[in-house]
Amino acid sequence: MNHAALPTLDSLTTGQSATVVHLAPGAQEGGIDVQRRLMELGFVPGERIRVIKRVMKGPLAVKVGESTFALRRFEAALVSIKVD
Amino acid sequence: MGVMESQVASRTPLVALLGNPNCGKTALFNRLTGARQKVANYAGVTIERKEGSFTSPAGRAFRVLDLPGAYSLNAQTPDEGITRDVVAGLRAGEVPPDAILCVVNATNLRLNLRLVLELRRLGLPMVLALNMVDVAKKRGIEIDTAKLSQELGMPVVETVAIQSGGEKALLAQLDAMPFGVPVTPKPLSAIDEVSVEDTQREVRRILAAAVSSAKDTGNLSEKIDNVVLHPIAGPIILALLMFVIFQAVFSWGDAPIELIEAGMGAFGEMVGSWIGEGLLHSLIVDGIIAGVGSVLVFLPQILILFFFILLLEDVGYLPRAAFLLDRIMGSVGLSGRSFLPLLSSFACAIPGVMAARTIQNPRDRLVTIMIAPLMTCSARLPVYALLIAAFIPDQTVGGFMNLQGIVLFVLYLAGILSAMAVAWFMKRRNGYKQHALMLELPAYHWPHPAGLASGLLERAKIFLMRVGTLILAMMILLWLFSSFPGAPEGATNPPIYYSVAGMIGRALEVVLAPIGFNWQIAIALVPGMAAREVAVGALGTVYALSGGDEVGDTLAPLIAQSWSLATGLALLAWYVYAPHCLPTLATVARETGSRKYAWIMAGYMFALAYVAAFIVYRVTLAFTGA
Repeated sequence: MNHAALPTLDSLTTGQSATVVHLAPGAQEGGIDVQRRLMELGFVPGERIRVIKRVMKGPLAVKVGESTFALRRFEAALVSIKVD
Repeated sequence: MGVMESQVASRTPLVALLGNPNCGKTALFNRLTGARQKVANYAGVTIERKEGSFTSPAGRAFRVLDLPGAYSLNAQTPDEGITRDVVAGLRAGEVPPDAILCVVNATNLRLNLRLVLELRRLGLPMVLALNMVDVAKKRGIEIDTAKLSQELGMPVVETVAIQSGGEKALLAQLDAMPFGVPVTPKPLSAIDEVSVEDTQREVRRILAAAVSSAKDTGNLSEKIDNVVLHPIAGPIILALLMFVIFQAVFSWGDAPIELIEAGMGAFGEMVGSWIGEGLLHSLIVDGIIAGVGSVLVFLPQILILFFFILLLEDVGYLPRAAFLLDRIMGSVGLSGRSFLPLLSSFACAIPGVMAARTIQNPRDRLVTIMIAPLMTCSARLPVYALLIAAFIPDQTVGGFMNLQGIVLFVLYLAGILSAMAVAWFMKRRNGYKQHALMLELPAYHWPHPAGLASGLLERAKIFLMRVGTLILAMMILLWLFSSFPGAPEGATNPPIYYSVAGMIGRALEVVLAPIGFNWQIAIALVPGMAAREVAVGALGTVYALSGGDEVGDTLAPLIAQSWSLATGLALLAWYVYAPHCLPTLATVARETGSRKYAWIMAGYMFALAYVAAFIVYRVTLAFTGA
């Protein structure tokens, strides 16, 4: 499946929900495996997520499971989603 | 650790507390150990190592190690690296734990259980502490502990770390465990035997089997976030909070600081009256007692700042502030967490540098520490006040602005802009790449006074023991420099002229002459390393004025007459940058765990000071036509 055609998490607006479809491998800058960490935090395919708040041109607060995480735009752009 | 103690320790089971950040792990550690805690750093890094001990109801002694919070053993931060290495028995100088006490937040098992499953693969004896179980029950989350224990294959106990007696079930469980032969953990590769995705699937299966939760009971945290993170209300609330904190650090500290100064002064006089005049008198009163005083004066501001930081962290606001400020701070390569340390540096860089501990990313933390002293701290004000009064006419500009006020504003602005430029430069130089934020915004909760108090006590202890001793040593050394050798017979200059400090100052005059500094300034700058405001008194000494609080009043007209305008302005520019504060450098050395950064800081700040003073001096000379 071509995930590049799917919208990514950073395109959601405040209050919008979606389902995670795929995570793209992030550039492993500074030895940090962003893709794996996002999955460890709960961003796994099939999981429902919702954008709680977003700062203009800044990070997004995303609800996943019972947790809320703030992600920078480039992190959110790794998460392909299916919008409800 | 003494020989006796280590022999006993080797027979005492070591339990490692491990869990996600925000699981109440440290509260449980405090509940178990009370005051029997030792806080130090892990060898070679600046990550806090907290160990404690306690005796169970059955009379068994335990040692507890509070490991840094981690989301995963696949470490992404230095903190997580420590946790991984200690449990896997890979960290030199650390004994592998006899058992792992895995602490999970009962209100958020979905996130927390994954780490438990991962940890289980290392094959160490484990106990699961279902913490905050009271909050979970209130939210209608029912956890079948027997079922959960069966699914996980480890004992599960309910704990309420913030409640007295909330650790009872846990103690009973620990008493029931054998702790015979030490167990060697399996190699770390074991954690990758199952993929992250499959582990998450397993978490969901276990949750479905052991946990039932009432329909989402209108999440209160989310309602609060609707206001606190609101695009308009959010920044206003943040600004108000920051204003209160800044005011508090800046002005509430004054009364206790004056009290400490007056107290140490009176104590010095009292002790001084017992010892006759002479060298010993000077060493004890001007060297040691004044030195101890110069350490203690920082304590009020540190305590006030950390009171707010701990409070905001405890209730869950601090990560939200970081979230709101991430874009602005990110534009110069810092993180949202850098804001509060930098803001408090306007009062004093020392609590600011210490507050940088709240920044997880090591690079962000270092940059924040390095630029903190460029914020105009309150100790610069006496110097600015003296020089502005002497060289800037008190006149109105443009109808309503005061020229002296404008100059003061420009000095503040110069500090801020320079700090941003330095941060930007460090970002460029290190080939900066934007790093992941992945900042958890935990549920809000009421603050816990006991935890707050112990956190404050810990900060005070760290400052006094680790930093205070270094500052005291420097202060005594500076006293020696300024007192020896004494003035010869028939000396025409003040005694400091003939001391080591005087010699250094006179030698420095050669270097400082191009930026317009005379030998009087050069000498005053040497004892002025103690703290910025000391330069005012030191100038008074050099000009042989009788001391006291009024020295500034007599000094201003004197220097206005004997220095050129260019010299006065150059000294102002110098003080925007120059690191005339040994206590700050000592704090930086301790907080970064290396003297290297203290030297780099001193080096770059002196370099900037020299360049700035040179430019100001030359430009002013050109304009005044000298």
